[in-house]
Amino acid sequence: MRFLFKTDYEDDIRLFPHSGYFVSYGILFALLLTAPYVLSSYLMSQLVFVCIYATVGVALLILTGFTGQASLGHAAFLAIGAYTAAYLQQFDVPFPVYFLAAGLLTGVVGALVGFPALRLQGIYLVIATISFAFIVEEILARWESVTHGNEGMRVKTLYLFGTAVSRDSPAFYFLCLAVLVLTIVGALNLLRSPTGRAFVAIRDSETAARSMGINVSLYKVKSFAISAAITGLAGCLFAHKLSFISPEMFTLQLSIEFIIVILIGGTFSLHGAVLGAIFIVMIDPFLTYLKDDMPGLIAGMAATMGAGSERAAHIQDSVAAFASLNGLKGAIYGIIIVLFVLFEPLGLYGRWLKIKLYFQLFPLYKRATFKRQKIYVKSERNR
Amino acid sequence: MSYFRAENLALHFGGLKAVDAVSFAVEKGEILSIIGPNGAGKSSIFNLISRIYSPTSGKIFFEDQDITEQPPYAIARLGIARTFQNIELFENATVLSNLLVGRHRHSTTQLWQELLFLPSVRANEKAHRRRVEQVIEFLDLEPYRDKLISGLPYGVRKVIELARALSSEPKLILLDEPSSGLNVEETDDMSFWIRDMRTELGITVLMVEHDMSLVNRVSDRVIALNSGRVLAMGPPAEVQQHPDVVAAYLGA
Repeated sequence: MRFLFKTDYEDDIRLFPHSGYFVSYGILFALLLTAPYVLSSYLMSQLVFVCIYATVGVALLILTGFTGQASLGHAAFLAIGAYTAAYLQQFDVPFPVYFLAAGLLTGVVGALVGFPALRLQGIYLVIATISFAFIVEEILARWESVTHGNEGMRVKTLYLFGTAVSRDSPAFYFLCLAVLVLTIVGALNLLRSPTGRAFVAIRDSETAARSMGINVSLYKVKSFAISAAITGLAGCLFAHKLSFISPEMFTLQLSIEFIIVILIGGTFSLHGAVLGAIFIVMIDPFLTYLKDDMPGLIAGMAATMGAGSERAAHIQDSVAAFASLNGLKGAIYGIIIVLFVLFEPLGLYGRWLKIKLYFQLFPLYKRATFKRQKIYVKSERNR
Repeated sequence: MSYFRAENLALHFGGLKAVDAVSFAVEKGEILSIIGPNGAGKSSIFNLISRIYSPTSGKIFFEDQDITEQPPYAIARLGIARTFQNIELFENATVLSNLLVGRHRHSTTQLWQELLFLPSVRANEKAHRRRVEQVIEFLDLEPYRDKLISGLPYGVRKVIELARALSSEPKLILLDEPSSGLNVEETDDMSFWIRDMRTELGITVLMVEHDMSLVNRVSDRVIALNSGRVLAMGPPAEVQQHPDVVAAYLGA
């Protein structure tokens, strides 16, 4: 185990506490840079989605994980970013301009959503953000002169510095990766400065935050705006990746997927956003695989256990019917959330930390290290 | 003019008069204790000063400025810091970041500068850290810098809350039962710190306290409250002898 000997205040400020980080992140970065030349086009496409989902995950972490304001409206923010980009693109606006415009407009909308949210907490805030998402979905479907309604909008190929960047090209992947990395660095910078600490203070005790001179309303609005703006930027990339957008892509289920990203990744660290994004993007092909192969597999097992061929065929049909049920994906998401909240509230990143500590302390690891401590009574009546 | 002054302060919840026409003044550099039985309105007065509650009537002045209508966050910016009876720390943050939140009223950096973590932000962070380190040294908190609050014992949390208030470099500090839940030894430390806060840091102290030995040791003056009204005001020994105060505590 490594013990850090701190000799300077700088030691607590820098992003990489010791040289080991340079090695591990260097290797990761090298792998990410060589990925387009190694991986299949299908996996590359998945990796682009991981980048976009992780960007949204970082945005949601700033709002939910660090400021403590739950949101089920991030699909709507993504939609606003995507539609802004698609709309401006029709007038031959260059990519950097409409990319930033998508972020800016979504940020402004986020701030506007933040104002009513000032008076709401917990479950009420969740409901308010859900209604916001539904309102946006309806507007997208009905404001046909701008959004083309349910017909959807075609998104043209991205032109950056005069060269076409196809949505399947390595260049597009590098663009998404760059946006993700810059978002993470920006978020880390924010979290180690006064604004980030104010966010955390609001999450843990609004009363104490106020008495320490933090303008709680202002910082909540700031948090909403920042989170929405990042999501808007991701929305622009999302639109380009899909090359076609329509209102039914930005439903409640997508918002729930974003919540899963941070819940499963871990809400206490930005690592969680990336791990959660990998999880959510990879679960889709896994579910498809189960859907395609599960019926045959189970029927085969039934046959070896002595079921007749007719009976096996019947089993195969019923399993296939079950696997193609509508809403099965949502149910599986629900089960995943429940299991993680119950058994791994710290998420995948928390599990990784536990595994790491287990080997660092071997054989002295104590399971109680990560047990949640008793929380002392708080002044509820001061809320 | 007094340094800090409350005039006819009242807080009514419907028919219940939690604080009823309370007036008092605090002189600069003074240690003033508020005592009284449970429900006397001591913490309510603190919550009125830090604007968690709005007074039904009355005015509060600090450095000759009317602060009755200021928003809660502005109170801290004027230099009034407080601690809470039931400890309100940021549970899932380290001791260090809790104390750095105390520096919030001195932070001058803009959002865009923080996003890029410009050299000015870095320099500011170090300056804040230096001040926080002074508080850590003052209160002997060196072993806990990187610990999460959620894993710390009650007595230490109590000191950290005091440290957070001190990090903001207040002119006036409101201590809500600084010794509650502390053992004899920790209470002794607390009494030394309270006196040092005044002599070394020049902070005026207003505190609510039940432990009479602590009150006697540190306070210059004492205010006794009951049912939202002032019973007696004056030097500790005098107030404790006051017949109304004895009656309020013992029930005459």
